[in-house]
Amino acid sequence: MTPMGAFGDVVAWLTDPDHWHGSAGIPARTWEHLVLSGTSLAVVCALALPLALWLGHIGKGGALAINVTNIGRAVPVFAVLVLLAIGPLGLGATATIVALILFGIPPVLTNAYVGMREVDRDTVEAARGMGMTGWQTLRQVELPLALPLILTGIRLAAVQIIATATLGAFVLGGGLGRFINSGFGRQDQAELVSGAVLVAALALTVEGAFELLQRRLDPRRRVARLSDRRV
Amino acid sequence: MRPLSTGCLVRNDWICGEYLRSRRSELQDALTQHITLTLVAVLVGLAVAVPLAILARRLHLTQVILGAATVIYTIPSVALFSFFIPFTGISATTVAIGLVLYSLTVLVRNVVAGLDAVPDDVVEAARGMGMGPTRMMLGVQLPLALPAIMAGVRIATVSTISLTTVGGIIDSGGLGNLIFGGLQTTFRAQVLTASVLCVVLAIAADLVLLGVQRMITPWQRVASR
Repeated sequence: MTPMGAFGDVVAWLTDPDHWHGSAGIPARTWEHLVLSGTSLAVVCALALPLALWLGHIGKGGALAINVTNIGRAVPVFAVLVLLAIGPLGLGATATIVALILFGIPPVLTNAYVGMREVDRDTVEAARGMGMTGWQTLRQVELPLALPLILTGIRLAAVQIIATATLGAFVLGGGLGRFINSGFGRQDQAELVSGAVLVAALALTVEGAFELLQRRLDPRRRVARLSDRRV
Repeated sequence: MRPLSTGCLVRNDWICGEYLRSRRSELQDALTQHITLTLVAVLVGLAVAVPLAILARRLHLTQVILGAATVIYTIPSVALFSFFIPFTGISATTVAIGLVLYSLTVLVRNVVAGLDAVPDDVVEAARGMGMGPTRMMLGVQLPLALPAIMAGVRIATVSTISLTTVGGIIDSGGLGNLIFGGLQTTFRAQVLTASVLCVVLAIAADLVLLGVQRMITPWQRVASR
């Protein structure tokens, strides 16, 4: 098949109404992908954020927080996913979710920790000097200043999780990767490439949404905007 | 001789010496393909990233190039590989193209950051000494950007070794072939051995590159002493 022919086939596949409903349709698979990813991201944040903020606040555990990213980079996601699936967890959503959580933790942990440590020490000292308690310093000084990097970590984790969830389809985990998987299985190139288009579109949409969120929530940029208005 | 039925292969153990002995050449072939794919991805990536970064800075297009790099990096690897299947089929070329694109995105970012970090005073001094743009780039700016570039090479190499496994889905992922094959046959020793080899390869590559980095930036060693 020629590449141009493939392009036409992909457009035809994506616009075929049959592919847009039912439990194996595009909306259902997208929803599955988002639920898998969203749940895992929530668990990742619940586990990694308190730990990173606490370690950053007391200034300990730096080696752990940094090395976790190096380890996450060296260990192949795909290998862990397969090991979990042929091991105790079995094929299916559980193995996928565990892999999603394991590989979502490093970016959140490392970025939040670095964000906390990069807060200007003089600022923290000043807060202490004003009589703020440790908890107040954390909440009112360190956390807002570390927010940009915390959000960067969550964004990186979200993108990583969406990509891993795609691989999850190969251990029967559901989501948009199923189209790619079944495209391979049936040697249906239109389905294969359409699945890839959908996955890429989802990943880019999530990345873009986080970019917008970050712009809105970054306190320093907000201050800049505020002072713009005053001048 | 022990009867075959009591062997660890038959029991499907995770750790199995018999597997290592009987599939030695298969493991070596997979490892060789893994290393070849990684070398191609990082070397081609570097050969494109350096001129691309220099050009982008000269034409004030760094934001555009870095934006494009983020877009490519955001696309999940299975999807990126799949895009090239209509052109290059189910082949190692398809995987290699995807891996080059990923390493390129990491490398171009680091080359740009390294060149941006060269102090203006140094560039001024070099210009004052009568250096032209080419001599200045080769003799001053690139050497000073080397630590950042090498950091990028290390990240790109370790990430590529990990990502190559995904190529196993299209039967061209080095050790990933054994991982994906082991998934379909529930062959535990094969999946675990290939996975561990991947991690060992990544750590070994990182250590080698750390050595190279120290060798080619001797001034940094002096500074840190």
